[in-house]
Amino acid sequence: MALKILVTAKRVEDPESKIRVKPDGSGIVTEGVNYKLNPFDEIAIEEALRLKEKHGGEIVVASIGGDRSMTEIRAALAMGADRGLLVKHEGPMDPAVVSAILAKLVEREKPDLIVLGKQAIDGDQNQTGQYLAELLGLGQATFASKVESLESEAEQKRQPGLLLSADGKKLTVLREVDGGVESLELSLPAVVTTDLRLNKPRFASLPGIMKAKKKEVKEIPAKDLGVDLAPRVLVKKLSEPPRRKGGVKVADVDELWGKLHGEAKVL
Amino acid sequence: MASPAEKMNLPPLPPGGGFLIAPVGSERIRTADDFTDDQRAFLKTAEKFAVERVLANAERIEHKDFPLLRRLLREAGELGLLGLDVPEAYGGLAQDETSSMLVTEAMAKNGSWSVTFGAQAGIGTLPIVYFGSEAQKQRYLPRLVSGELVSAYALSEASSGSDALGARTKAVLSPDGKQWVLNGSKQWITNAGFADLFIVFAKIDGEGFSAFIVEKGAPGFTVGPEEHKMGIRGSSTCALVFEDATIPFENLLGEPGKGHRVAFNILNIGRLKLGVACVAGCRNAIQLAVQYGKDRKAFGQAITAFGLIREKLAHMVALVYAGEAMSYRTTGLIDDRIALSSAKRGSLEHDKDVIAAIEEYNIEASILKVWGSEALSQVADEALQIHGGYGFVEEYAIERVYRDNRVNRIFEGTNEINRMLIPGTMLKRAAKGQFPLLELARSVGQAIARGELPRIGPGPLAREKRMAELNKYLMVHALQTAVDTFGPALSDRQEVLGALADIAIEAYAVDSAVARALQSARAGAVDPVAEACVKLYALESHERAYARAKKAIRATVVDPSACRGHLSTLRELFDEGPADVTALREIIVARTLESV
Repeated sequence: MALKILVTAKRVEDPESKIRVKPDGSGIVTEGVNYKLNPFDEIAIEEALRLKEKHGGEIVVASIGGDRSMTEIRAALAMGADRGLLVKHEGPMDPAVVSAILAKLVEREKPDLIVLGKQAIDGDQNQTGQYLAELLGLGQATFASKVESLESEAEQKRQPGLLLSADGKKLTVLREVDGGVESLELSLPAVVTTDLRLNKPRFASLPGIMKAKKKEVKEIPAKDLGVDLAPRVLVKKLSEPPRRKGGVKVADVDELWGKLHGEAKVL
Repeated sequence: MASPAEKMNLPPLPPGGGFLIAPVGSERIRTADDFTDDQRAFLKTAEKFAVERVLANAERIEHKDFPLLRRLLREAGELGLLGLDVPEAYGGLAQDETSSMLVTEAMAKNGSWSVTFGAQAGIGTLPIVYFGSEAQKQRYLPRLVSGELVSAYALSEASSGSDALGARTKAVLSPDGKQWVLNGSKQWITNAGFADLFIVFAKIDGEGFSAFIVEKGAPGFTVGPEEHKMGIRGSSTCALVFEDATIPFENLLGEPGKGHRVAFNILNIGRLKLGVACVAGCRNAIQLAVQYGKDRKAFGQAITAFGLIREKLAHMVALVYAGEAMSYRTTGLIDDRIALSSAKRGSLEHDKDVIAAIEEYNIEASILKVWGSEALSQVADEALQIHGGYGFVEEYAIERVYRDNRVNRIFEGTNEINRMLIPGTMLKRAAKGQFPLLELARSVGQAIARGELPRIGPGPLAREKRMAELNKYLMVHALQTAVDTFGPALSDRQEVLGALADIAIEAYAVDSAVARALQSARAGAVDPVAEACVKLYALESHERAYARAKKAIRATVVDPSACRGHLSTLRELFDEGPADVTALREIIVARTLESV
């Protein structure tokens, strides 16, 4: 039972770069900042690759942004995705806009499964997958995870954590919840968002990188999709977190109690 | 007759050593700005592998976990990292020299791994790529590229290292002509403890120096115990012993008696790769020093606030700027020359063109090897110093870097041998009419006699451009004086040749650094940090070149008054500055602290 899977590849700031807020708070200083594929999306792509390796099918990778987002699509293609969709759109977006665009892509592509990172590490909003499922009227399983450790044999063998039923119509997803791990069964098509402990993404091999150049990437102007591109949430101002004040040494438990109870008011 | 470059309407490429001839900045050099998207993506994968697979296992590697090393080679093979220089027909990627260098750089994050990788993908595989028969290529290359087979390169012997052709290992054809019988031993063989095949050099009937492929388990062939080394302890280094060892006749590699072609051409590539890897090693050591220095407090502030620490950091960063300029310039020259080849990639003709291109720039390769290994020794030493007492304990990574780097000045041709090769090759080529040393000496001589020395021109880095040119004048003047004085006997004057090599090294370094900075200028303005690096490096380098020129002259011209005459000429070829070194230091350090 071959699966057609849509995955996402967002271009995000590399957290190892020095991130600084512009003096006027209108954004971050982009000079000298490196970019990379959102690590949660990388996990989504890896999971899709494993499902394809087990069940066959096709993986379509989508990104929204300027020409530079092509780098992230190519990175996903280098990992093994089959073709790409680049929705050309410059300017601010919020999860509502992103999910509306993705919903249009789903209507066009009609995948059996949509797998996204649970969030992007830039805005850390964790909303797009949920919005998307709602817009499409599909079932969703967020924070997909698994019980086996990332050092386990199943992981070494790159077995998928998402389990497809024998008839190919249902998907069992383990998801991280506060109390532990919950198991959900979804009817396909469905939306899954991936958490950190689902898998360890593979490296893009050098032959994979060379092949990726020859794979098809379709560019779609966002305005052609007929969705409202105006974000409902606008970022008015960014500011650096306040500097941490230095700690103090306390002489005894009484003084500690006094500070926690009287000053910090946490006890 | 038109040269290939003229036919293709390309500017002719400078010859090896051409940096002495062309004015600084007159030729476009390749820099990191020229990397292709593929090259950047290759580098990303290679660096990720180095950090997540190699560095994460550094402790196990250090304690000689050879099964792990083999597994890592296998993983590297799966990612394609072992096949950059191998034709596609044998499972490789057939990429250019620059791509191969970038992967080599990424692997340099750990010394033991770096030499293991280099022995496999470089000197262990390339002899078969460039000199192997079709059957040998098919038999070995796909499995070397995948990491299924591990390879080793065996040239040195207990009593012959630098004089590689003095090898005593002997090969004799068996009476039935079906086998070679090897007797002798090899020393310091990287990967020997777990390798499956060995490129072994031996003399047929004690005369014709030749290369052979020896597989593990060949009758009469044994591998000795592991050496206990000062550094790169995680790599395997053993002796090989051949006692009437027999290998099939078809395991002769290349032509009989032409083993020196295999040995020296592969060493040329090895030198280049080692030099480039050392520059990458400098970057890693700086990162360790900055990370430590920012956290370490003394007298109530981070030690990176102190002038002597900042001076060290600025010096190290400036070195890397010059080193990168030389690395990418040299690999770019080789790639451009290979691109002129009209032969089909992977064909024998193309292989010959590749070898010729690498050979053309072996002066530059030797420069990179000497410069890179000595720069890394300095940087590792200063980075350790910044760690204070913590640098002296194994818990901190810099301790290992300090031990691991020492061997770089010894293997792939000692730095002494490489120093001899730099002016030696120039003289040899000049004698054959392949390098216009005489014309160059005449024009420099005339310029000195007429007092028409390079001047400070307009534009950015004007004084550094002058220093770059003066370094070349110092080199040419000292070299010509030595040639005039000693004639052919100059080849025995090692201390003179060594000093000449040092001036040539500085000439290439400053010429490359200045060219890189000028080329990266946007709207006529050079990036301030690049500018500061070049200024600082040029000043130090030009002073060294001047000092070495004086040494060469004193060792050449013994008559006191003649010597004084030459020394006063050298004084005219020396630009003392001025330079506000503290301000330059601050520009460099500010960005360095911010970016790590």
